[in-house]
Amino acid sequence: MSATYRSPRRRSRNSYRLRRYGVEAITIVLGILIAIWSVAPIYNMWVIALDSHDDVFSGAVWPEHPSLESFVVVVTQGFWYLANFWHQFANSFYVGLTTMFLTLLIGSLTSFTVGRLRLRHGWLLTNAALMTYVIPASFLAIPFYRIMQIYGLTNNLWSVIAALVTFATPYAIFIFSQYGKSIPMELDESARIDGANPWQIYFRIYLPLMAPALVAVGTYALLLAWNEYLYNFLMLSTPQSMTVAVALAQFLNSDESPWNFMMATAIIYALPPMILYYGFRRYMAAGLTMGGVKG
Amino acid sequence: MSSTQHALGFKMARGRSEPRFRQPPWRFRLQGSETAWAVAFVIPYVAVFAAFVLYPAAYGLWMGRSPSLYGLLFSDPRYVNAAVNTLLFVAVGVNVKMFLAFLLSGYFMSRSWWVRLLLAIYLIPWALPAVVVFTSIHFMLVTQWGLLDSLWRAVTGEDGPLFLTSEWIAMAANIVSYIWKWMPFGTLIFLAARMAIPRDIYEAAEIDGATGFKRLVHVTFPLLANVYLICTLLSTVWTLGDFPTVYFVSSGAPARLTDVLATYGFREAFDFGYPNLGVAAMMSALPVLIPLVILLMRRVRATGVQL
Repeated sequence: MSATYRSPRRRSRNSYRLRRYGVEAITIVLGILIAIWSVAPIYNMWVIALDSHDDVFSGAVWPEHPSLESFVVVVTQGFWYLANFWHQFANSFYVGLTTMFLTLLIGSLTSFTVGRLRLRHGWLLTNAALMTYVIPASFLAIPFYRIMQIYGLTNNLWSVIAALVTFATPYAIFIFSQYGKSIPMELDESARIDGANPWQIYFRIYLPLMAPALVAVGTYALLLAWNEYLYNFLMLSTPQSMTVAVALAQFLNSDESPWNFMMATAIIYALPPMILYYGFRRYMAAGLTMGGVKG
Repeated sequence: MSSTQHALGFKMARGRSEPRFRQPPWRFRLQGSETAWAVAFVIPYVAVFAAFVLYPAAYGLWMGRSPSLYGLLFSDPRYVNAAVNTLLFVAVGVNVKMFLAFLLSGYFMSRSWWVRLLLAIYLIPWALPAVVVFTSIHFMLVTQWGLLDSLWRAVTGEDGPLFLTSEWIAMAANIVSYIWKWMPFGTLIFLAARMAIPRDIYEAAEIDGATGFKRLVHVTFPLLANVYLICTLLSTVWTLGDFPTVYFVSSGAPARLTDVLATYGFREAFDFGYPNLGVAAMMSALPVLIPLVILLMRRVRATGVQL
């Protein structure tokens, strides 16, 4: 009696277990596919970079004699395309850090004024920022180039910084306005009663409380500046003024096909954003959900 | 997934307390010296906006003002081709990306350690510079010694196809590369949005018998519909001006047949020295771009979604 009573139950438990294993198997297969999909082009970079110069495009899935020679060449600037590599690397850092600083400064000042000081017609600024945010940057590239000629800033890192700050600040203003709403206005009020002027409120109260948003936006601006290509390419044309992004794409004009050096450069160039990404992932994700849909 | 949860901490706490912006009861007026401060504080942004957005935009409109430019454009078969390619690139790229990102965000909801590790790997394409990854993909495809052809040879023993000599394969490669680079980001957005859905909604749905696929269609998707729509609109607008993907992956090959508007305009302006024609090519996207931007801005305001 008890056996006939139990068997359907056991069967259902078995089929449940079977189904669970099935789901697990599909999950794992899918996971492997996702991993291969994500890593394939990065793997390709390593394969080419580890090739020796004669073996590039030998058609091997893994180089027969993997060597770090091309990395040594890049680090010691031993190829004529790479003669200014470290200088260009420093340029990239200079552009990135300056863009980050200016974006944070301008963005926080603007959102402080609109959100906390309640400047009349401040919404106009927010709308202007929203417009800038949704318009693709490449559409302004050609006139921007002309205007930089008028301003006399061609071949100057500041022209790139100007472009990047222009396109990063709107995002900063959004994030700061959103995050700023969680800081009680009473703090400003009491500071004001104690005789603080707006600058003191901004510097002593607003900025310290905005720290998480500042980190998120700062990371974003740094990544944007480091990874940007179009404006860098348009504005910078001499080896002394170039950033790594431009120098890297220059390889494509070469007849010698030094692809292993190019990919080694690419890997080194990609290291800072990777470190930044893994170091600040938590803050960046926070930034995304705080406000952002920006790539 | 602590990062996203951490992020949601902000969002949910805020979302619950004040759905819309409210005026404080003790609203004050700016007094003399404070107005001066406020004006001084916004001057940097006003200057940046005027000098680097308004001026270039007006200058661009002025450069592309002549109607004859558009006659010239439309008589160029390569322009027409680029316009069609742009539509194809945006329509397929954005929609496939968003849909897959939506599905994959469900996959990454799992809390097991290896799915979290996988997420970290999956997000790499998004963090890497576009020049780097797209050049690498270009090398996978160009010539018969790229990685894909090598794999082909290893498996079949024969030489693989030349990918970039076919217009359709080259275009497909551009779209796939675009999806590869930007899908992780979409997934991250959906993941955050999914985590913001309270558990009790799912529990209630389960009692009503909605599980698995039914739950996805009738519970999760409606709750994410707004985020989905806004992300799609925003991606569409940005992708209309996407430059590096096509510039590096196919670089217009074969014979500039896979150019999109951004690369077409760029080449006209800087390789062939017709900047006005380049600007006109970009401006010809405005009839599509402007309605999208208006729709997007309205949507953002109406729903109060944090953009």
